[in-house]
Amino acid sequence: MGQIQLNHVSKSFGSVEVIRPLDLSIEDGEFVVFVGPSGCGKSTLLRLIAGLEDVTDGEIMIDGKDATGIVPAKRGLAMVFQSYALYPHMSVRKNIAFPLRMAGLDKAEQDRRVNDAARVLNLTDYLDRRPGQLSGGQRQRVAIGRAIVREPAAFLFDEPLSNLDAALRVGMRLEISELHKRLATTMIYVTHDQVEAMTMADKIVVLQAGVIEQVGSPLELYRRPRNIFVAGFIGSPKMNLIGGPEADRHKAVTIGIRPEHIEISEEAGAWEGTVGVSEHLGSDTFFHIQTAVANGPITVRAQGELGLQYGQTVYLSPRAEHLHRFDSKGLRIQ
Amino acid sequence: MATKASRAAARMMIAPSVILLLAWMIVPLSLTIYFSFLRYNLITPTGNPFVGWENYYWFVTDPSFQAAMLNTLMLVGGVLLITVAGGIMFALLLDRPMFGQGIIRIMVIAPFFVMPTVSALVWKNMFMNPVNGMFGQIATSLGFQPIDFMGQIPLLSIILIVSWMWLPFATLILFTAMQSLDQEQLEAAEMDGAGSFSRFVFIVLPHLARAITVVILIQTIFHLSIFAEILVTTNGGPGTASTNLTYLIYVSSLLQFDVGLGSAGGVIAIILANIVAIFLMRMIGKNLDA
Ligand SMILES: Nc1ncnc2c1ncn2[C@@H]1O[C@H](COP(=O)(O)OP(=O)(O)O)[C@@H](O)[C@H]1O
Ligand SMILES: [Mg+2]
Repeated sequence: MGQIQLNHVSKSFGSVEVIRPLDLSIEDGEFVVFVGPSGCGKSTLLRLIAGLEDVTDGEIMIDGKDATGIVPAKRGLAMVFQSYALYPHMSVRKNIAFPLRMAGLDKAEQDRRVNDAARVLNLTDYLDRRPGQLSGGQRQRVAIGRAIVREPAAFLFDEPLSNLDAALRVGMRLEISELHKRLATTMIYVTHDQVEAMTMADKIVVLQAGVIEQVGSPLELYRRPRNIFVAGFIGSPKMNLIGGPEADRHKAVTIGIRPEHIEISEEAGAWEGTVGVSEHLGSDTFFHIQTAVANGPITVRAQGELGLQYGQTVYLSPRAEHLHRFDSKGLRIQ
Repeated sequence: MATKASRAAARMMIAPSVILLLAWMIVPLSLTIYFSFLRYNLITPTGNPFVGWENYYWFVTDPSFQAAMLNTLMLVGGVLLITVAGGIMFALLLDRPMFGQGIIRIMVIAPFFVMPTVSALVWKNMFMNPVNGMFGQIATSLGFQPIDFMGQIPLLSIILIVSWMWLPFATLILFTAMQSLDQEQLEAAEMDGAGSFSRFVFIVLPHLARAITVVILIQTIFHLSIFAEILVTTNGGPGTASTNLTYLIYVSSLLQFDVGLGSAGGVIAIILANIVAIFLMRMIGKNLDA
């Protein structure tokens, strides 16, 4: 079981309110991602759930029981830290066994669980090494191993992949998703990377400045962002946001259109512009196009190569069904 | 970058200081060894004949030698025990956020800047004197018999004084080490179910191990040669109750004017200090590898 409920939880450091009062419910077995720009309070929120910080106000329920005042160890949650926080003077085996040892399990049971975890995480050959003798990815696995042996009600991850190189990150992303499918345990995962959020989450919680901007599945957030912030944060490359007369024409203060929802043509279209920098990825090409309707360049994503030249005149047509409209407060107009 | 050229250059660069240090050490050392084989007494100026191991024999068989060895051991051991244990405690306390942190930290470090003779005298006269000292006054006002520190427990008193002077050093090194402890490790241990005692034993102490060995090594070398504190407080007495090896050498060569005997004691002290140093280097080397 791992059902977590936050009721009106807030957190202040001194006079600074880092988390504004918020409600959130996380279902058993769900993979929830907290995403938001750096400094928005993601880690703080996770640490509140873990019990490493005390809430200023509100209550935290775990499996229906009030856990607000309970010490971290008794909440039944396991955490994987950004720095991995492995114990450097202990072998990998001792690291993974540490929570079991603290729980007073007998040696045979400890060994059995450590060996199981090591097998799942491909660490069997490294059990007698020290953390300092492992690569980043292996350390990451040890940290995960230390979390899974406890068989917790939920896993908490704080930017676990941010110290890995790009290739390893993609690999570990898959491994963690795989682990979630196999264990079917609740996971709360913090990241500032919207790609990680989109690819891994069952449910994304978008945070900004201590406020939840939107909660929903990755596709909900992609299709129906509740406000301009979410619209700009989710999706890569970023959604184009256009104000001024062009937005007025659509009876909105700001309109948004994703790069993949704009047709580009050399003959005719709604907006005329000149081709700026193009980024060629092989499968796709991103064009940055200067137009009269927007202040900055408009990003357009086209499949394959179009053979457009720098400075060439082109025409853009946003697809009407994918146009997002926002009012003066930045909220979505239905 | 350890290319052949850079290593040669490095050797050339450090050569002057190494040669200077070597001369600095070799000259007095050879003189001491030379004197230790002479009958060289300032009161009986009958020439300085070569007498072989005689000085060593008299120094080692002197009953005060055994007492001095034991006292040296107790002095070093006692001070180490108090400063390391106290240093860890202070480091733990100073690591906590508290009111007036900056001032408290400076106050804890302050005793280290008082010179040994001064602090020993202050302790002797203002705290430990049975009549005028603060401890004596407190004891008297509570109706107890005041303790005559320098008379009844001279060695323990010196241990306390030296510990007071060296506690800041241990605290400083251990506190710095404590600050480099990754807070996330402590939090991880907390989540793993370790209580505050387990966190101390399994996370903090192993983290401090290296700093503790450094403290022990450096302090041992300094404490083997404690002298000023003894000279200004107990003069090694009563009897030989607070005479350590250094003080015994002083007594032999400068109070009994027997330079030969004193030199023999000096050579023995050098050998002992080196044994301790090698032993500690091994220990520290093992710790630094890990
Ligand atoms: N212990 C603390 N004391 C004071 N301010 C803190 C503390 N921890 C975090 N903060 C502040 O809270 C805000 C949110 O921090 P954090 O939750 O770490 O952000 P994120 O993980 O989203 O990058 C930041 O502005 C940070 O400076
Ligand atoms: Mg963070």
